[in-house]
Amino acid sequence: MKVLVFLEQRDGKLKSSSLEALSLGAKLAGSAADCAAVLVGKGVEGLAAQVKGYGADTVHVVDDAAFEKYNPLAYANAVEAAIKAHGAKIVLGVASPMGRDVFPRLAARMDAGIATDLTSCELSGEKLSGVKPMYSGKALAKIEIASGNVKFATIRPNVFPATQTGAGNAAVAKLSASAPADSRIKTIEVRKGASTKADLTEATRIVSGGRSLASADNFKILNELADVIGATVGASRAAVDSGYATHDMQVGQTGKTVNPTLYIAAGVSGSIQHMAGMRTSKVIVAINTDPEAPIFKVASYGIVGDLFKVVPLLTAKMKQLLT
Amino acid sequence: MKVLVLVKPTPDTESKIRISADGSKIETGDVKWIINPYDEYAIEEAVKIKEKAGAGDVIVACFGSDSAKELIVKALAVGGTRGLLVSNEGLETADSLTVAKVLAKAVASESPDLVFCGRHAIDDDNMHVGTMVAELLGWPHVNVVSKLEVTGKTAKAERSVEGGMVEVYEIGLPCVIGADKALNKPRYASLPGIMQAKKKPFDLKKPGDLGVDAAALKAGVRTVVTGFTNPPEKPAGKVFKGEDVEVMVDKVVKLLREEAKVI
Ligand SMILES: Cc1cc2nc3c(=O)[nH]c(=O)nc-3n(C[C@H](O)[C@H](O)[C@H](O)COP(=O)(O)OP(=O)(O)OC[C@H]3O[C@@H](n4cnc5c(N)ncnc54)[C@H](O)[C@@H]3O)c2cc1C
Ligand SMILES: Nc1ncnc2c1ncn2[C@@H]1O[C@H](COP(=O)(O)O)[C@@H](O)[C@H]1O
Repeated sequence: MKVLVFLEQRDGKLKSSSLEALSLGAKLAGSAADCAAVLVGKGVEGLAAQVKGYGADTVHVVDDAAFEKYNPLAYANAVEAAIKAHGAKIVLGVASPMGRDVFPRLAARMDAGIATDLTSCELSGEKLSGVKPMYSGKALAKIEIASGNVKFATIRPNVFPATQTGAGNAAVAKLSASAPADSRIKTIEVRKGASTKADLTEATRIVSGGRSLASADNFKILNELADVIGATVGASRAAVDSGYATHDMQVGQTGKTVNPTLYIAAGVSGSIQHMAGMRTSKVIVAINTDPEAPIFKVASYGIVGDLFKVVPLLTAKMKQLLT
Repeated sequence: MKVLVLVKPTPDTESKIRISADGSKIETGDVKWIINPYDEYAIEEAVKIKEKAGAGDVIVACFGSDSAKELIVKALAVGGTRGLLVSNEGLETADSLTVAKVLAKAVASESPDLVFCGRHAIDDDNMHVGTMVAELLGWPHVNVVSKLEVTGKTAKAERSVEGGMVEVYEIGLPCVIGADKALNKPRYASLPGIMQAKKKPFDLKKPGDLGVDAAALKAGVRTVVTGFTNPPEKPAGKVFKGEDVEVMVDKVVKLLREEAKVI
């Protein structure tokens, strides 16, 4: 089966979950000859070497000044050119801001089926099937695409393994694609927003605080723990609404859906809406003064106690262990 | 300026999601329906544009069942000027591209300057329909927009992406804008607003009225949800209480390292 994998890069840095998509692509394709990848950007040709051994013989590269910054129409055109060049029947990517922007556009363009944010994915004959969380993770849907010349799917980050099997020499094949007129859409700037940490949705470790932090200043005890363990800081909506944390830190139904391996919730009660965003975390640690707090029901480990005492101690212990 | 807002009914965020005994569907009998929360930001932004201009149309459109009318009227109560409901009878479980095909025709029949949608719907968690509508119309789009400024025939839109980065776009109208939570603060309906909403114009259409062949659409559905399962229950956790704080912290750190192997 001819499979194409969209490899994402920003500022010349390959997205780590793109390797997860590529490993899956190699598996579905069955051979390195049938598996290809596509890289889009400016001065990105060199990145192809980083995917050597991950199962694709060819990396189509659209390398041009017009593709330096992400632009949905330009990138859709580039991926479309690679689909045609490879004769791809299945196109895989990551359920990231970029993947979730480009793939629906191409599915509409090619009148194709699309499955987004898969946590499992299989191919049997022509049929692509998988599982996708819906209702903020309250249900898992079995999803199937049986018809159409091309099928699109994106995978949830941190779920599929990235495996370097050694197959696939990732030879560069240059490709050109057209960019839209500036008058239609132009990316004028990509700048730093508030935070510099890994985005919550990508973070493998998260430390979250709730209303009980009681001030923006107190979040620094969470920042200290986060710095030690390499985590990103999140918050409940009550903390955001009270102005202790910024909205991009909010985890939950109306915030971000996260999927880290470790989620530490300090002074978060564990409302349905908060849990909708973090219940799929692999390991959850809850710190709360109230032994009846709902967060303890989903916690792998819990400490009934005052976060202002527990968190600094936890930071100290982790520091000992990790440095 | 003529603005069209796409709204989708979704189960209330508090709803318990129950899977039918045979696993084929979600039981919706006791579900309370709301407008998809992100669509509320879309409505607000459209109404703000109308108010700033001092005039204009805000059409609130949905491809849904008859019961969606009530929700569209709620959007009219906060400033929408006209409702448009395209019946999805027989196509209730159609995939996102099928929905987008109908909505693209609905948009084309209204030729607005700007279309708003929500960044994603909280039932299917797809983030498909707005972008697909844009593609089917040959329009540009920006999704997950946290800030928007419309000046004449262009707009400046900011979208937040991973790593705390913000992409800033200049986009030509007509286009599709997907609203994120940071875009604005949706207002509550006033009593006069609620009263007036019931009298505002409301169109009920069938796909056929928009020149869409419903049977052909149905035959063209490619992505199918074949069933549902509950997410796996986690084994009961280990919760420590009543001991010395330092002892409890030590225990948890040890478990994280040796049992869970995540540190
Ligand atoms: C439509 C809708 C969408 C929503 N979306 C979201 C969302 O996306 N994300 C979200 O988080 N919420 C969301 N909410 C809000 C949600 O219902 C809760 O109100 C919110 O999550 C509560 O935040 P909290 O846990 O910080 O506060 P609280 O519920 O007030 O909990 C504070 C907790 O801290 C504990 N505590 C107090 N002092 C200490 C201390 N010294 N040490 C340790 N523990 C302490 C208390 O025992 C309590 O459990 C939404 C609500 C609605 C209606
Ligand atoms: N049936 C529908 N009717 C009107 N708008 C819709 C419909 N389905 C989706 N949308 C719009 O598209 C957005 C994204 O939906 P989704 O692709 O389902 O995540 C929603 O927030 C709505 O604005």
